[in-house]
Amino acid sequence: MIENKTSSTIIEIENAVVSYREDVALRGISLRVKSGEFVGIVGPNGAGKTTLLTLVNGLGKLVQGQVHVLGCRLTSGNGHILRKKVGYVAQMMSIDPRMPMSVHDVVMIGRYGRLGLFKGPGKHDHKIVDEVLELVGMTHLAHRPIGHLSGGEQQRVAIARCLAQEPQLFLLDEPTASLDWKAKMDILELVKLIHKSQKLTTLFVTHDLSALPAACSRLILMKDGLIWNDGSAAELLTDDYLSKLYDMPVPVVRRHRQEVVPV
Amino acid sequence: MDLSIFGYQFMQNAFLAAFFGGIACATIGVFVVLMHMPFIGVCMAHAAFAGALLGAWLDFNPLLGAFAISIMAAAIIGPLADRGEMNPETSIGAIFSLMLGLAFLFMGLMPVTKSVALELMWGSILTNTRNDIILLGIVAVVVVGLVLMFYKEIQATVFHRDMALSVGIPASLVFYGILFLTGATITVSLSSIGGLLIFSLILNPAAAAYQFTYSMKRMFLLAAAFGVTSGWIGLLFSYFFNIPSGATIVITSSLIFIISIILSPKRKVKKWQDEHTAEVVRD
Repeated sequence: MIENKTSSTIIEIENAVVSYREDVALRGISLRVKSGEFVGIVGPNGAGKTTLLTLVNGLGKLVQGQVHVLGCRLTSGNGHILRKKVGYVAQMMSIDPRMPMSVHDVVMIGRYGRLGLFKGPGKHDHKIVDEVLELVGMTHLAHRPIGHLSGGEQQRVAIARCLAQEPQLFLLDEPTASLDWKAKMDILELVKLIHKSQKLTTLFVTHDLSALPAACSRLILMKDGLIWNDGSAAELLTDDYLSKLYDMPVPVVRRHRQEVVPV
Repeated sequence: MDLSIFGYQFMQNAFLAAFFGGIACATIGVFVVLMHMPFIGVCMAHAAFAGALLGAWLDFNPLLGAFAISIMAAAIIGPLADRGEMNPETSIGAIFSLMLGLAFLFMGLMPVTKSVALELMWGSILTNTRNDIILLGIVAVVVVGLVLMFYKEIQATVFHRDMALSVGIPASLVFYGILFLTGATITVSLSSIGGLLIFSLILNPAAAAYQFTYSMKRMFLLAAAFGVTSGWIGLLFSYFFNIPSGATIVITSSLIFIISIILSPKRKVKKWQDEHTAEVVRD
Protein backbone atom coordinates (compact mmCIF):
# COMPACT_ATOMS: atom_id res chain seq x y z
CA MET A 1 0.00 0.00 0.00
CA ILE A 2 1.27 3.49 -0.79
CA GLU A 3 0.06 6.18 1.58
CA ASN A 4 0.30 9.76 0.50
CA LYS A 5 1.88 12.39 2.72
CA THR A 6 1.69 16.01 1.79
CA SER A 7 4.38 18.40 3.04
CA SER A 8 7.72 19.72 1.91
CA THR A 9 9.31 16.93 3.94
CA ILE A 10 10.67 14.63 1.29
CA ILE A 11 12.17 11.98 3.59
CA GLU A 12 10.70 10.99 6.91
CA ILE A 13 12.28 8.15 8.86
CA GLU A 14 10.86 7.18 12.23
CA ASN A 15 12.71 4.90 14.65
CA ALA A 16 14.18 2.74 11.86
CA VAL A 17 16.01 -0.43 12.81
CA VAL A 18 17.85 -2.29 10.04
CA SER A 19 19.63 -5.58 10.57
CA TYR A 20 21.87 -7.63 8.28
CA ARG A 21 22.87 -11.12 9.30
CA GLU A 22 23.87 -10.86 12.96
CA ASP A 23 24.66 -7.15 12.86
CA VAL A 24 22.31 -4.31 13.59
CA ALA A 25 23.25 -1.68 11.01
CA LEU A 26 20.81 1.02 12.15
CA ARG A 27 19.66 1.12 15.77
CA GLY A 28 16.48 3.17 15.71
CA ILE A 29 17.15 6.38 13.82
CA SER A 30 14.72 9.16 13.02
CA LEU A 31 15.35 11.76 10.35
CA ARG A 32 13.48 14.35 8.33
CA VAL A 33 14.83 15.91 5.16
CA LYS A 34 13.09 18.80 3.43
CA SER A 35 12.85 19.34 -0.29
CA GLY A 36 15.92 21.11 -1.72
CA GLU A 37 18.23 20.37 1.22
CA PHE A 38 21.84 19.29 0.64
CA VAL A 39 22.67 16.90 3.45
CA GLY A 40 26.16 15.57 4.09
CA ILE A 41 26.28 12.30 6.04
CA VAL A 42 29.63 11.75 7.72
CA GLY A 43 30.97 9.06 10.00
CA PRO A 44 33.56 6.33 10.35
CA ASN A 45 33.37 3.05 8.38
CA GLY A 46 30.57 0.83 9.70
CA ALA A 47 28.56 3.76 11.10
CA GLY A 48 25.49 2.84 9.00
CA LYS A 49 25.76 5.63 6.40
CA THR A 50 25.28 3.40 3.35
CA THR A 51 22.48 1.50 5.12
CA LEU A 52 20.71 4.82 5.67
CA LEU A 53 20.87 5.49 1.92
CA THR A 54 19.60 1.99 1.06
CA LEU A 55 16.72 2.64 3.42
CA VAL A 56 15.86 5.80 1.50
CA ASN A 57 15.86 4.04 -1.90
CA GLY A 58 13.88 1.06 -0.67
CA LEU A 59 16.66 -1.54 -0.62
CA GLY A 60 17.17 -1.70 3.17
CA LYS A 61 15.71 -4.48 5.28
CA LEU A 62 13.60 -2.61 7.78
CA VAL A 63 13.07 -4.60 10.99
CA GLN A 64 11.24 -1.87 12.86
CA GLY A 65 10.04 1.69 12.24
CA GLN A 66 8.59 3.54 9.27
CA VAL A 67 10.05 5.21 6.20
CA HIS A 68 8.24 7.72 4.00
CA VAL A 69 10.06 8.94 0.88
CA LEU A 70 8.60 11.28 -1.75
CA GLY A 71 5.17 10.87 -0.23
CA CYS A 72 5.18 7.08 -0.25
CA ARG A 73 5.36 4.79 2.73
CA LEU A 74 7.97 2.18 1.91
CA THR A 75 6.93 -1.45 2.12
CA SER A 76 8.75 -4.56 0.94
CA GLY A 77 6.86 -4.50 -2.36
CA ASN A 78 6.96 -0.88 -3.57
CA GLY A 79 10.68 -0.03 -3.50
CA HIS A 80 11.11 -0.41 -7.27
CA ILE A 81 8.43 2.24 -7.91
CA LEU A 82 10.30 4.67 -5.67
CA ARG A 83 13.72 3.88 -7.18
CA LYS A 84 12.56 5.13 -10.58
CA LYS A 85 12.46 8.62 -9.01
CA VAL A 86 15.66 8.32 -6.97
CA GLY A 87 19.13 8.73 -8.48
CA TYR A 88 21.76 6.62 -6.73
CA VAL A 89 25.51 6.95 -7.35
CA ALA A 90 27.56 4.25 -5.66
CA GLN A 91 31.32 3.99 -5.22
CA MET A 92 33.29 3.44 -8.41
CA MET A 93 32.46 -0.03 -9.78
CA SER A 94 34.93 -2.33 -11.42
CA ILE A 95 33.83 -2.70 -15.05
CA ASP A 96 35.20 -5.26 -17.49
CA PRO A 97 37.14 -3.21 -20.10
CA ARG A 98 35.66 -5.41 -22.85
CA MET A 99 32.05 -4.95 -21.71
CA PRO A 100 29.92 -4.32 -24.83
CA MET A 101 28.31 -1.13 -23.52
CA SER A 102 29.01 2.45 -24.59
CA VAL A 103 28.79 5.50 -22.33
CA HIS A 104 25.52 6.41 -24.11
CA ASP A 105 24.11 2.90 -23.43
CA VAL A 106 24.91 3.16 -19.72
CA VAL A 107 23.34 6.60 -19.35
CA MET A 108 20.25 5.34 -21.20
CA ILE A 109 19.78 2.72 -18.43
CA GLY A 110 18.67 5.69 -16.31
CA ARG A 111 15.63 6.04 -18.63
CA TYR A 112 14.74 2.33 -18.59
CA GLY A 113 13.09 2.29 -15.15
CA ARG A 114 10.79 5.15 -16.15
CA LEU A 115 9.91 3.68 -19.54
CA GLY A 116 8.23 0.56 -18.15
CA LEU A 117 7.83 -2.82 -19.82
CA PHE A 118 7.70 -3.34 -23.61
CA LYS A 119 8.66 0.26 -24.43
CA GLY A 120 11.92 1.11 -26.09
CA PRO A 121 13.65 4.49 -25.74
CA GLY A 122 12.34 7.14 -28.12
CA LYS A 123 13.56 10.51 -29.41
CA HIS A 124 12.70 12.21 -26.11
CA ASP A 125 14.84 9.72 -24.15
CA HIS A 126 17.81 10.16 -26.51
CA LYS A 127 17.46 13.93 -26.17
CA ILE A 128 17.57 13.68 -22.36
CA VAL A 129 20.62 11.40 -22.51
CA ASP A 130 22.40 13.89 -24.81
CA GLU A 131 21.53 16.75 -22.47
CA VAL A 132 22.78 15.08 -19.30
CA LEU A 133 25.97 13.95 -21.05
CA GLU A 134 26.53 17.58 -22.02
CA LEU A 135 25.86 18.71 -18.44
CA VAL A 136 28.50 16.35 -17.00
CA GLY A 137 30.92 17.20 -19.81
CA MET A 138 30.99 13.74 -21.38
CA THR A 139 29.46 14.37 -24.82
CA HIS A 140 32.79 13.79 -26.56
CA LEU A 141 33.05 10.33 -24.97
CA ALA A 142 29.42 9.26 -25.59
CA HIS A 143 30.36 6.41 -27.93
CA ARG A 144 33.42 5.24 -26.00
CA PRO A 145 33.16 1.77 -24.38
CA ILE A 146 32.33 2.29 -20.70
CA GLY A 147 35.19 0.03 -19.57
CA HIS A 148 37.74 2.31 -21.26
CA LEU A 149 37.03 5.34 -19.06
CA SER A 150 39.03 6.53 -16.07
CA GLY A 151 37.54 6.38 -12.56
CA GLY A 152 36.55 10.07 -12.58
CA GLU A 153 34.94 9.74 -16.01
CA GLN A 154 33.02 6.64 -14.92
CA GLN A 155 31.62 8.53 -11.94
CA ARG A 156 30.55 11.37 -14.24
CA VAL A 157 28.71 8.77 -16.32
CA ALA A 158 27.08 7.39 -13.15
CA ILE A 159 25.91 10.91 -12.27
CA ALA A 160 24.62 11.41 -15.83
CA ARG A 161 22.73 8.10 -15.59
CA CYS A 162 21.05 9.34 -12.39
CA LEU A 163 20.14 12.66 -13.99
CA ALA A 164 18.66 10.82 -16.98
CA GLN A 165 16.18 9.36 -14.49
CA GLU A 166 14.94 12.94 -13.92
CA PRO A 167 15.13 12.14 -10.21
CA GLN A 168 13.37 13.94 -7.39
CA LEU A 169 16.04 12.81 -4.96
CA PHE A 170 19.77 12.38 -5.46
CA LEU A 171 21.77 9.96 -3.32
CA LEU A 172 25.55 9.71 -3.50
CA ASP A 173 27.43 7.04 -1.59
CA GLU A 174 31.14 7.84 -1.36
CA PRO A 175 31.20 8.86 -5.06
CA THR A 176 34.78 10.11 -4.85
CA ALA A 177 36.29 7.10 -3.04
CA SER A 178 39.43 5.84 -4.81
CA LEU A 179 39.55 8.86 -7.14
CA ASP A 180 42.59 11.10 -7.43
CA TRP A 181 42.54 14.60 -5.97
CA LYS A 182 41.67 16.40 -9.22
CA ALA A 183 38.92 13.93 -10.17
CA LYS A 184 37.54 14.23 -6.63
CA MET A 185 37.43 18.04 -6.88
CA ASP A 186 35.74 17.86 -10.30
CA ILE A 187 33.04 15.47 -9.05
CA LEU A 188 32.36 17.64 -5.99
CA GLU A 189 32.05 20.72 -8.21
CA LEU A 190 29.66 18.85 -10.49
CA VAL A 191 27.47 17.69 -7.58
CA LYS A 192 27.39 21.27 -6.28
CA LEU A 193 26.43 22.59 -9.71
CA ILE A 194 23.62 20.05 -10.10
CA HIS A 195 22.22 20.85 -6.67
CA LYS A 196 22.35 24.55 -7.34
CA SER A 197 20.89 24.48 -10.85
CA GLN A 198 18.19 21.84 -10.29
CA LYS A 199 17.40 22.44 -6.59
CA LEU A 200 17.63 18.67 -6.26
CA THR A 201 17.38 17.28 -2.72
CA THR A 202 20.77 15.63 -2.22
CA LEU A 203 22.14 13.19 0.36
CA PHE A 204 25.90 12.84 0.18
CA VAL A 205 27.63 10.10 2.18
CA THR A 206 31.34 10.17 2.91
CA HIS A 207 33.80 9.00 5.53
CA ASP A 208 36.40 11.38 4.12
CA LEU A 209 36.02 14.98 5.30
CA SER A 210 38.07 16.28 2.39
CA ALA A 211 35.39 14.84 0.09
CA LEU A 212 32.56 16.79 1.67
CA PRO A 213 31.07 19.37 -0.69
CA ALA A 214 31.16 22.89 0.68
CA ALA A 215 27.58 23.31 -0.53
CA CYS A 216 26.23 21.01 2.24
CA SER A 217 23.55 23.03 4.02
CA ARG A 218 23.23 20.41 6.73
CA LEU A 219 25.48 17.78 8.23
CA ILE A 220 24.56 14.51 9.90
CA LEU A 221 27.20 12.73 11.94
CA MET A 222 26.69 8.98 12.28
CA LYS A 223 28.33 6.48 14.59
CA ASP A 224 27.52 2.87 15.57
CA GLY A 225 24.23 2.80 13.67
CA LEU A 226 22.89 5.99 15.27
CA ILE A 227 22.56 9.62 14.25
CA TRP A 228 25.08 11.10 16.63
CA ASN A 229 24.56 14.72 15.72
CA ASP A 230 22.62 16.81 13.24
CA GLY A 231 23.24 20.48 12.43
CA SER A 232 25.03 22.89 10.15
CA ALA A 233 28.50 22.10 8.82
CA ALA A 234 29.93 25.14 10.62
CA GLU A 235 28.59 23.89 13.96
CA LEU A 236 29.65 20.30 13.65
CA LEU A 237 32.95 20.37 11.80
CA THR A 238 34.98 21.22 14.87
CA ASP A 239 38.01 19.36 16.20
CA ASP A 240 36.10 18.50 19.35
CA TYR A 241 33.13 16.84 17.58
CA LEU A 242 35.35 15.04 15.08
CA SER A 243 37.60 13.75 17.84
CA LYS A 244 34.57 12.16 19.54
CA LEU A 245 33.11 10.91 16.25
CA TYR A 246 36.28 9.15 15.11
CA ASP A 247 37.56 8.22 18.62
CA MET A 248 40.80 10.12 18.10
CA PRO A 249 42.55 12.60 20.41
CA VAL A 250 41.89 16.27 19.54
CA PRO A 251 45.55 17.05 18.58
CA VAL A 252 45.59 14.11 16.13
CA VAL A 253 42.33 15.28 14.54
CA ARG A 254 43.71 18.81 14.31
CA ARG A 255 46.89 17.59 12.62
CA HIS A 256 44.92 15.46 10.12
CA ARG A 257 42.61 18.35 9.27
CA GLN A 258 45.56 20.64 8.62
CA GLU A 259 47.02 18.04 6.26
CA VAL A 260 43.77 17.78 4.30
CA VAL A 261 43.58 20.09 1.31
CA PRO A 262 40.44 22.18 1.81
CA VAL A 263 37.84 21.89 -0.92
CA MET B 1 29.60 -28.31 -56.06
CA ASP B 2 28.17 -31.58 -54.81
CA LEU B 3 24.67 -30.72 -53.55
CA SER B 4 23.64 -34.33 -52.91
CA ILE B 5 24.13 -33.58 -49.21
CA PHE B 6 20.81 -31.73 -49.19
CA GLY B 7 19.02 -34.66 -50.82
CA TYR B 8 19.01 -36.59 -47.58
CA GLN B 9 16.21 -35.90 -45.13
CA PHE B 10 18.49 -36.47 -42.12
CA MET B 11 21.00 -33.91 -43.44
CA GLN B 12 18.25 -31.35 -44.08
CA ASN B 13 17.11 -31.90 -40.51
CA ALA B 14 20.67 -31.61 -39.23
CA PHE B 15 21.18 -28.27 -41.02
CA LEU B 16 17.89 -26.97 -39.64
CA ALA B 17 18.81 -28.22 -36.13
CA ALA B 18 22.16 -26.44 -36.40
CA PHE B 19 20.36 -23.28 -37.50
CA PHE B 20 17.77 -23.18 -34.73
CA GLY B 21 20.00 -24.71 -32.04
CA GLY B 22 22.87 -22.41 -33.03
CA ILE B 23 20.70 -19.31 -32.63
CA ALA B 24 19.09 -20.42 -29.33
CA CYS B 25 22.33 -21.60 -27.70
CA ALA B 26 24.39 -18.60 -28.85
CA THR B 27 21.77 -16.19 -27.52
CA ILE B 28 21.87 -17.94 -24.14
CA GLY B 29 25.67 -17.89 -24.46
CA VAL B 30 25.72 -14.08 -24.44
CA PHE B 31 24.23 -14.14 -20.91
CA VAL B 32 26.60 -16.90 -19.86
CA VAL B 33 29.70 -15.03 -21.08
CA LEU B 34 28.72 -11.57 -19.83
CA MET B 35 27.51 -12.80 -16.44
CA HIS B 36 30.59 -15.02 -16.00
CA MET B 37 28.82 -18.30 -15.41
CA PRO B 38 30.25 -20.72 -18.01
CA PHE B 39 29.42 -23.85 -16.01
CA ILE B 40 25.69 -23.27 -16.07
CA GLY B 41 25.64 -25.22 -19.36
CA VAL B 42 27.18 -28.33 -17.78
CA CYS B 43 25.03 -27.95 -14.67
CA MET B 44 21.79 -27.73 -16.63
CA ALA B 45 22.77 -30.59 -18.95
CA HIS B 46 23.34 -32.82 -15.91
CA ALA B 47 20.11 -31.65 -14.28
CA ALA B 48 18.32 -32.69 -17.46
CA PHE B 49 20.22 -36.00 -17.41
CA ALA B 50 19.16 -36.66 -13.79
CA GLY B 51 15.56 -35.77 -14.70
CA ALA B 52 15.57 -38.07 -17.72
CA LEU B 53 16.88 -40.92 -15.57
CA LEU B 54 14.16 -40.22 -13.02
CA GLY B 55 11.59 -40.40 -15.82
CA ALA B 56 13.05 -43.65 -17.12
CA TRP B 57 13.13 -45.12 -13.61
CA LEU B 58 9.58 -44.13 -12.65
CA ASP B 59 8.30 -44.85 -16.14
CA PHE B 60 7.23 -41.44 -17.38
CA ASN B 61 8.45 -39.38 -20.33
CA PRO B 62 12.22 -38.77 -19.83
CA LEU B 63 11.99 -35.38 -21.60
CA LEU B 64 9.34 -34.31 -19.11
CA GLY B 65 11.56 -35.43 -16.21
CA ALA B 66 14.54 -33.65 -17.74
CA PHE B 67 12.54 -30.46 -18.14
CA ALA B 68 11.13 -30.59 -14.59
CA ILE B 69 14.47 -31.18 -12.85
CA SER B 70 16.44 -28.64 -14.88
CA ILE B 71 13.77 -25.97 -14.39
CA MET B 72 13.89 -26.75 -10.68
CA ALA B 73 17.69 -26.44 -10.69
CA ALA B 74 17.45 -23.12 -12.57
CA ALA B 75 14.89 -21.87 -10.07
CA ILE B 76 17.15 -22.76 -7.13
CA ILE B 77 20.50 -21.37 -8.41
CA GLY B 78 19.57 -17.67 -8.33
CA PRO B 79 17.85 -17.48 -4.92
CA LEU B 80 20.52 -19.80 -3.42
CA ALA B 81 23.26 -17.42 -4.57
CA ASP B 82 21.32 -14.39 -3.30
CA ARG B 83 20.27 -15.83 0.06
CA GLY B 84 23.72 -17.29 0.70
CA GLU B 85 25.31 -14.02 -0.50
CA MET B 86 27.70 -15.85 -2.78
CA ASN B 87 28.84 -15.77 -6.37
CA PRO B 88 26.35 -17.49 -8.76
CA GLU B 89 29.20 -19.76 -9.91
CA THR B 90 29.45 -21.23 -6.38
CA SER B 91 25.72 -21.84 -6.35
CA ILE B 92 25.94 -23.41 -9.85
CA GLY B 93 28.79 -25.67 -8.62
CA ALA B 94 26.77 -26.82 -5.60
CA ILE B 95 23.69 -27.59 -7.72
CA PHE B 96 25.85 -29.30 -10.39
CA SER B 97 27.29 -31.70 -7.80
CA LEU B 98 23.79 -32.40 -6.45
CA MET B 99 22.52 -33.15 -9.97
CA LEU B 100 25.44 -35.48 -10.63
CA GLY B 101 24.70 -37.24 -7.34
CA LEU B 102 21.00 -37.58 -8.23
CA ALA B 103 21.87 -38.88 -11.71
CA PHE B 104 24.07 -41.61 -10.21
CA LEU B 105 21.40 -42.43 -7.63
CA PHE B 106 18.66 -42.81 -10.25
CA MET B 107 20.98 -44.80 -12.48
CA GLY B 108 21.70 -47.18 -9.60
CA LEU B 109 18.00 -47.53 -8.77
CA MET B 110 16.94 -48.17 -12.37
CA PRO B 111 16.21 -51.84 -12.93
CA VAL B 112 16.20 -51.63 -16.75
CA THR B 113 18.34 -50.27 -19.55
CA LYS B 114 19.63 -46.74 -19.29
CA SER B 115 19.74 -46.18 -23.02
CA VAL B 116 16.77 -43.77 -23.09
CA ALA B 117 18.42 -41.38 -20.69
CA LEU B 118 21.83 -41.81 -22.27
CA GLU B 119 20.34 -41.02 -25.68
CA LEU B 120 19.07 -37.75 -24.26
CA MET B 121 22.47 -36.85 -22.85
CA TRP B 122 24.41 -37.94 -25.91
CA GLY B 123 21.75 -37.25 -28.53
CA SER B 124 22.99 -36.68 -32.04
CA ILE B 125 22.28 -33.86 -34.44
CA LEU B 126 21.99 -36.43 -37.27
CA THR B 127 19.08 -38.36 -35.80
CA ASN B 128 16.51 -35.58 -35.55
CA THR B 129 12.96 -36.00 -36.80
CA ARG B 130 10.79 -33.20 -38.19
CA ASN B 131 9.09 -32.96 -34.77
CA ASP B 132 12.48 -32.38 -33.10
CA ILE B 133 13.18 -29.59 -35.59
CA ILE B 134 9.80 -27.98 -34.91
CA LEU B 135 10.56 -28.09 -31.16
CA LEU B 136 14.01 -26.54 -31.71
CA GLY B 137 12.43 -23.88 -33.93
CA ILE B 138 9.96 -23.03 -31.18
CA VAL B 139 12.82 -22.80 -28.64
CA ALA B 140 14.77 -20.44 -30.92
CA VAL B 141 11.71 -18.23 -31.53
CA VAL B 142 10.86 -18.12 -27.80
CA VAL B 143 14.45 -17.30 -26.76
CA VAL B 144 14.93 -14.59 -29.39
CA GLY B 145 11.41 -13.27 -28.78
CA LEU B 146 11.96 -12.93 -25.03
CA VAL B 147 15.31 -11.20 -25.55
CA LEU B 148 13.69 -8.73 -27.96
CA MET B 149 10.73 -8.14 -25.65
CA PHE B 150 12.78 -7.56 -22.50
CA TYR B 151 15.95 -6.27 -24.17
CA LYS B 152 16.38 -3.15 -22.06
CA GLU B 153 15.78 -4.98 -18.76
CA ILE B 154 18.16 -7.78 -19.82
CA GLN B 155 20.83 -5.34 -21.05
CA ALA B 156 20.80 -3.39 -17.76
CA THR B 157 20.81 -6.52 -15.58
CA VAL B 158 23.56 -8.27 -17.53
CA PHE B 159 25.68 -5.11 -17.39
CA HIS B 160 25.33 -4.50 -13.65
CA ARG B 161 22.63 -6.05 -11.50
CA ASP B 162 22.85 -3.53 -8.65
CA MET B 163 22.73 -0.59 -11.05
CA ALA B 164 19.67 -2.06 -12.79
CA LEU B 165 18.03 -2.47 -9.39
CA SER B 166 18.82 1.12 -8.42
CA VAL B 167 16.96 2.58 -11.43
CA GLY B 168 13.81 0.61 -10.61
CA ILE B 169 14.26 -2.47 -12.84
CA PRO B 170 13.28 -5.70 -11.04
CA ALA B 171 16.81 -7.01 -11.60
CA SER B 172 16.54 -10.11 -9.40
CA LEU B 173 13.45 -11.24 -11.30
CA VAL B 174 15.23 -10.61 -14.62
CA PHE B 175 18.30 -12.55 -13.40
CA TYR B 176 16.19 -15.52 -12.27
CA GLY B 177 14.32 -15.34 -15.58
CA ILE B 178 17.63 -15.52 -17.47
CA LEU B 179 18.63 -18.62 -15.47
CA PHE B 180 15.22 -20.14 -16.09
CA LEU B 181 15.45 -19.51 -19.84
CA THR B 182 18.95 -20.99 -19.89
CA GLY B 183 17.71 -24.14 -18.14
CA ALA B 184 14.72 -24.53 -20.43
CA THR B 185 16.74 -23.95 -23.61
CA ILE B 186 19.42 -26.44 -22.68
CA THR B 187 16.93 -29.14 -21.72
CA VAL B 188 14.79 -28.86 -24.82
CA SER B 189 17.80 -28.65 -27.15
CA LEU B 190 19.72 -31.42 -25.41
CA SER B 191 18.22 -34.43 -27.15
CA SER B 192 18.46 -32.79 -30.59
CA ILE B 193 21.97 -31.47 -30.24
CA GLY B 194 23.61 -33.67 -27.62
CA GLY B 195 25.38 -32.97 -24.34
CA LEU B 196 28.81 -32.54 -25.88
CA LEU B 197 27.67 -30.09 -28.53
CA ILE B 198 25.45 -27.93 -26.41
CA PHE B 199 28.22 -26.72 -24.13
CA SER B 200 30.40 -25.65 -27.06
CA LEU B 201 27.47 -24.06 -28.92
CA ILE B 202 26.61 -21.98 -25.85
CA LEU B 203 30.07 -20.80 -24.94
CA ASN B 204 32.24 -20.57 -28.08
CA PRO B 205 30.09 -18.41 -30.41
CA ALA B 206 29.30 -15.88 -27.66
CA ALA B 207 32.92 -15.80 -26.46
CA ALA B 208 34.00 -15.26 -30.09
CA ALA B 209 31.44 -12.46 -30.59
CA TYR B 210 32.67 -10.84 -27.39
CA GLN B 211 36.04 -10.26 -29.09
CA PHE B 212 34.62 -8.10 -31.87
CA THR B 213 32.13 -5.59 -30.56
CA TYR B 214 31.38 -3.00 -27.90
CA SER B 215 27.65 -3.16 -28.63
CA MET B 216 25.53 -5.76 -26.85
CA LYS B 217 23.02 -5.88 -29.73
CA ARG B 218 25.80 -6.69 -32.18
CA MET B 219 27.18 -9.28 -29.77
CA PHE B 220 23.83 -11.14 -29.85
CA LEU B 221 23.76 -11.03 -33.68
CA LEU B 222 27.39 -12.06 -34.11
CA ALA B 223 27.07 -14.89 -31.57
CA ALA B 224 24.04 -16.26 -33.44
CA ALA B 225 25.91 -16.01 -36.76
CA PHE B 226 28.96 -17.80 -35.31
CA GLY B 227 26.73 -20.49 -33.76
CA VAL B 228 24.95 -21.26 -37.03
CA THR B 229 28.21 -21.10 -39.02
CA SER B 230 29.91 -23.53 -36.61
CA GLY B 231 27.05 -25.99 -37.03
CA TRP B 232 26.91 -25.76 -40.82
CA ILE B 233 30.65 -25.90 -41.45
CA GLY B 234 30.94 -28.76 -38.96
CA LEU B 235 28.18 -30.69 -40.76
CA LEU B 236 29.83 -30.14 -44.16
CA PHE B 237 33.15 -31.47 -42.87
CA SER B 238 31.39 -34.38 -41.25
CA TYR B 239 29.61 -35.28 -44.50
CA PHE B 240 32.49 -34.89 -46.94
CA PHE B 241 35.16 -36.52 -44.79
CA ASN B 242 32.84 -39.07 -43.18
CA ILE B 243 33.77 -38.13 -39.61
CA PRO B 244 31.56 -37.70 -36.49
CA SER B 245 29.44 -34.54 -36.78
CA GLY B 246 29.47 -33.72 -33.06
CA ALA B 247 33.25 -33.58 -33.06
CA THR B 248 33.49 -31.47 -36.25
CA ILE B 249 30.96 -28.92 -34.95
CA VAL B 250 32.72 -28.61 -31.57
CA ILE B 251 36.12 -28.24 -33.26
CA THR B 252 34.76 -25.67 -35.76
CA SER B 253 33.24 -23.56 -32.99
CA SER B 254 36.51 -23.77 -31.03
CA LEU B 255 38.48 -22.71 -34.14
CA ILE B 256 36.14 -19.74 -34.68
CA PHE B 257 36.76 -18.76 -31.06
CA ILE B 258 40.55 -19.04 -31.38
CA ILE B 259 40.59 -17.07 -34.67
CA SER B 260 38.41 -14.40 -33.03
CA ILE B 261 40.87 -14.06 -30.16
CA ILE B 262 43.71 -13.62 -32.67
CA LEU B 263 41.83 -11.10 -34.82
CA SER B 264 40.14 -9.28 -31.94
CA PRO B 265 40.31 -5.49 -32.24
CA LYS B 266 39.93 -5.42 -28.44
CA ARG B 267 43.28 -7.17 -28.18
CA LYS B 268 44.82 -4.43 -30.29
CA VAL B 269 43.63 -1.92 -27.72
CA LYS B 270 45.35 -3.99 -25.08
CA LYS B 271 48.46 -4.20 -27.26
CA TRP B 272 48.45 -0.44 -27.62
CA GLN B 273 48.04 -0.08 -23.87
CA ASP B 274 50.92 -2.52 -23.29
CA GLU B 275 53.16 -0.59 -25.70
CA HIS B 276 52.14 2.65 -24.09
CA THR B 277 52.91 1.25 -20.63
CA ALA B 278 56.26 -0.02 -21.90
CA GLU B 279 57.07 3.46 -23.25
CA VAL B 280 56.19 5.02 -19.93
CA VAL B 281 58.37 2.49 -18.15
CA ARG B 282 61.22 3.19 -20.63
CA ASP B 283 60.86 6.94 -20.04
